[in-house]
Amino acid sequence: MSNAQISLTLEPAADTRRPMALTPGEDFRGYLASHLGRAVLFLMTFTSVLAVLLILLFVILRSFSFLSGYSLVEFLASRDWRPTAESPVFGSLAIIVGSLYVSFAALLFAVPLGVLAAVFLSDILSWKARNVVKPVVEILAAIPSVAYGFFAVLVLAPWMQKHLGLSTGTNALNASLILAIMALPTIISVAEDSISAIGRELREASYSCGATRMETMIKVIIPAAHSGIIAAVVLGMMRAIGETMVVWMASGNATQIPHPWWDVSQSIRTMTATIAGEMGEAPEDSEHRGALFAIGVLLLILTFSLNIVSEYFLSRAKKATGKT
Amino acid sequence: MKKMIASMIVSVLTMGVAAHAQTLQIDGSTTVGPIADAFAEYFKSVQPDLAITVKKTGSGDGAAALIDGRCDIATMSRFMKPEEFQKAVAGNVLPVAHVVAMDGVCIVVHPSNPVKALTGAQVRDIYTGKIANWKEVGGSDTPIVVISRDTSSGTYETFESLVMKKQPMGAGVEYVNANPQAQSRVRTTAGAIGYVGLGFLEGVKALSIDGISPTRQTVANGSYPVTRPLFLFTNGYPKLGSVVHKFVTFHLTEKGQELIESKGFVPLTNY
Repeated sequence: MSNAQISLTLEPAADTRRPMALTPGEDFRGYLASHLGRAVLFLMTFTSVLAVLLILLFVILRSFSFLSGYSLVEFLASRDWRPTAESPVFGSLAIIVGSLYVSFAALLFAVPLGVLAAVFLSDILSWKARNVVKPVVEILAAIPSVAYGFFAVLVLAPWMQKHLGLSTGTNALNASLILAIMALPTIISVAEDSISAIGRELREASYSCGATRMETMIKVIIPAAHSGIIAAVVLGMMRAIGETMVVWMASGNATQIPHPWWDVSQSIRTMTATIAGEMGEAPEDSEHRGALFAIGVLLLILTFSLNIVSEYFLSRAKKATGKT
Repeated sequence: MKKMIASMIVSVLTMGVAAHAQTLQIDGSTTVGPIADAFAEYFKSVQPDLAITVKKTGSGDGAAALIDGRCDIATMSRFMKPEEFQKAVAGNVLPVAHVVAMDGVCIVVHPSNPVKALTGAQVRDIYTGKIANWKEVGGSDTPIVVISRDTSSGTYETFESLVMKKQPMGAGVEYVNANPQAQSRVRTTAGAIGYVGLGFLEGVKALSIDGISPTRQTVANGSYPVTRPLFLFTNGYPKLGSVVHKFVTFHLTEKGQELIESKGFVPLTNY
């Protein structure tokens, strides 16, 4: 206990055995430990950032040889995707349109359903029931997408052929319906959070003005929570556009743009399904593989911009409710 | 030469580590891969210290691996191209082909479809989109739902080379990613046409092509038009009694034929 003798204790501290001033050795160790700790934690955090950067770099690098050697106009504007033909054509227009097509169609089903469900959960259902129902809704997100895919192919597709008289059951409608179900938990969960974040004050102010419950919900609460709801919708769209297995199984994967455009009973193909379906066979360093990576770059650009949009609206939602 | 020395050093080193451990490297076709997998599994079950790796990277990669000495057996769903053969011989590798099984692809339709037979050209026209309705080939007035396997499958490769003859598939063709899925799509879709291996005919109707219906016999003797042999390539004829020799002759045994049939292919026996 020689340290205790040289300690410069000015006033009694809680732990008097410990020195108040550190020896140079202790000081150095403390310095090292705090900085090493910081460095380790920083590295751990940085790993995920690094992963994003590396993925971005990797995908861009791998697509670079293709993008520099192939006509960009043809890649973006041609509808012909014939990667294994004698003289291959890599036109991704039909594929890009396919991705956007099923995503928007899915939102058409999922947004009204999801927002109304969120309002119901936050404002109408009793607190007890809500605490049961919300986790159950979130379980929907935990079902593996291949299970949804089997349902789409084995149940929904034959059902559509039998009862809707469609010639093929694996089509844009099938894929959109399944994607809508998959986007629902995201939309409901985020929208419900933002609607319940709108405080009691606003609701009570509305009631005191003589508004009915329905008027309060439609004219006050939903407009007040619009930032959060928009963020929920964008997040739902990201879920739909990035989904692979379900669209690969349910959409039919025909490389065409529906004609006429509203005919959802036709098969379409998405970017994710194309990459997943063809990456295995595309030889290393071939033009085909480069083209698939180029589609990957498009997909990344799309999801990144959607992500930025959702971040913007989420931060606005937080500001609006004054909660961080 | 460097590679040979390196591989000799590696093999000497591994011999030193485990005296009796034998390794067998197999590389190549995605079509023949399941057969090689099944054989490898059986070999490992009777000889646990045998280390077999089966890679499925494509017939071309298999040939390249054999030429570079990276594998003992190359699995290929086509014969070696002249360039590959010349490159092999120039590198002192003498490719020997062993046919292990026949692969027949059946063109199937919904059981209720009145059409019983098509010609190869008609099937091609259906897949390019030239024929879009069953009435054009003698069926009822129903639009044709064309179903293909995904382009990375060996079945697609067979179909493409033997039926499509380098013509591109039409834009309306749907793609599914496994034989059972193609089968179930055709089984549940009245206007559908698809193609599957011989083992996947339950609940669907196989058409006869150019007047010949797909059976074990017509595939084994090669008279059914959408048939091709599946190869194992070795460097020279393997030393009799070696593991490689046992492997490339395993299809002659009863167990080997059973495994080939279980994977939906046809053994070579024709009786």
